[in-house]
Amino acid sequence: MLTVSDLTFSYNNQKKFSFPSFSCAERETLLILGNSGTGKTTFLHLLALLLQPESGSIQINNQEFAHLSPREATKMRAIHLGIIYQKSHFVSSLSVLDNLLLANYLADKNQSKEQAIKLAKSLGFYELLDKKTTLLSGGEQQRVSIARALMNNPEVILADEPTSNLDDENCEKVINLLENQSKNIGASLVIVTHDQRLKDKFSNKIILN
Amino acid sequence: MLLKISWKNILNKKLNSFLCVLLMTLGIAIISLLLLLGKQLQDKFAKNISGIDMVVGAKGSPLQLILSSVYQIDNPTGNVFLSDVQEIAQNPLVKEMIPLSMGDNYQSYRIVGTNKKYFEHFKAQFATGVMFKQDLEAVLGAQVALNTGLKVGDTFSSSHGLDAEGEVHGETKYKVAGVLEFNNSVIDNLVLTSLNSVWNIHEHKEAEHTEEEHKAHEAEEADMPKREITSALIKFRSPMGLMSMPRNINQNSKLQAALPSIEVNRLFELLGIGIDGLQILAAVIILISGISVFVSLYNSLKERKYEMALMLSMGASRTRLFLMLLLEGVLLALFGFVAGVVLSRVGIVLISNQLNKKFHFDVNQMNLQTGEIYLFVGALAIGILAAALPSINIYRLNISRTLAEE
Repeated sequence: MLTVSDLTFSYNNQKKFSFPSFSCAERETLLILGNSGTGKTTFLHLLALLLQPESGSIQINNQEFAHLSPREATKMRAIHLGIIYQKSHFVSSLSVLDNLLLANYLADKNQSKEQAIKLAKSLGFYELLDKKTTLLSGGEQQRVSIARALMNNPEVILADEPTSNLDDENCEKVINLLENQSKNIGASLVIVTHDQRLKDKFSNKIILN
Repeated sequence: MLLKISWKNILNKKLNSFLCVLLMTLGIAIISLLLLLGKQLQDKFAKNISGIDMVVGAKGSPLQLILSSVYQIDNPTGNVFLSDVQEIAQNPLVKEMIPLSMGDNYQSYRIVGTNKKYFEHFKAQFATGVMFKQDLEAVLGAQVALNTGLKVGDTFSSSHGLDAEGEVHGETKYKVAGVLEFNNSVIDNLVLTSLNSVWNIHEHKEAEHTEEEHKAHEAEEADMPKREITSALIKFRSPMGLMSMPRNINQNSKLQAALPSIEVNRLFELLGIGIDGLQILAAVIILISGISVFVSLYNSLKERKYEMALMLSMGASRTRLFLMLLLEGVLLALFGFVAGVVLSRVGIVLISNQLNKKFHFDVNQMNLQTGEIYLFVGALAIGILAAALPSINIYRLNISRTLAEE
């Protein structure tokens, strides 16, 4: 259960953001829609504990996360959050499998090869596990980043424009996978996007402007 | 996992890594080779010198006299009368005089006429056979026996001069009386015989010379007891001898006295300039290797900025990533060092073969030198420094901005 209230943030004095409050229960999906410049990415980075809000609160299962030190934030992020970035980036020298295991390793958890294989099978890239990530197509990369976000069984999954680079068919597939996988592990899913194709798919949504 | 990432990164940029390692290897190999060679030459020179305080021989270059008489590498300066040398040996300061007479060779191994004291000086042990007793009996150094295949009881003809191409004294043959054990000194590469044998061979030889020469020779025959030798090694009873005798001999006689310790030091000073120059060159190469590690990491870090931000966002601490990048530099330096040391050993074997052919001078120590431990520390420090400089940026990386920008 993710509960966010009254977050504000400013990069400098001129531009202040204040974001709407919301809550998102386990196995639920929340869509945050907004055009460029409305602070979508800032909002996501606040939720991802990459930026620190000036005021407001972020609670996951009633634990406060909004005002942690950078070190604690890093640790909490690794344990409780799974993040899918707009562009799929990987450690380019490692194979797909190692990129998945890296999520475990960096969160100081046991490297679970079974988990990686299970996710790869259900997301349909099992045969790509030994390949370098640079050899994958855009859709394949996106599926690998979803798997990576799920590696540590997080309570909240944040997705930043997960579909913007994908065609309609892949868009549909990726969103379904995201939803199903989040439900499987009992996580709340927050999707931040400007992709209008997703607008009608979810009832639970916030529009930034 | 960190090690794996470092390793994969190195493999990922094969050419860059190869260049870094190659430069490091070259630098290390050159320095290591110089260390090995320098040490072994010094060891050899020091071992052969030990106990010999002074060498007397014909006038000429003192260094040449030392090289020819002590190390058996250069040509002798000429001959001197045994009687003159014996006169010097009468001096109460002289403890021992070892006469040496050379001029012939067998398959380019020098045949040296001397006496029992020369064996005692080197503490030579017989592997087989016994000391020469009669004329034209010879004792072989271990290396000579090994390379020529001669055994006790075999006979061989010597050739004139110090090169294998010299005229062969065909009609008189030496007989092998004994073979020495390895002594790790010049004696390994010598054929030793009595002074008389050397004299006899040349009398036989002169007998066939043309008549004019023969007449000239007859004049010499008149003072037959004036036997000639090439040089003599002198040991003193006390250091006092060093003070007075060499100057006295050089000023008041036809002979030349040279002190091995001084000449060898001079030789090493001359060599030292070359060695120093090469070492500086090698140090520069190592430094360039460090710079190439730096440039390679710096460039790849620009490309991998997002990767780093990603890993930071996934829970990696900055220090952990910094160490990972350091590890890349350390690994490259490590490979360079190991490859360099191996290469230097290969170089030593090749050089040793060459030296062995030319000078019968064998260098074969393969142990890790103490200098190489410093070299190891130095290489590692350069690797760490070269990696640390660009990697320090990891502490300034703004995760949110980097992730948002791309």
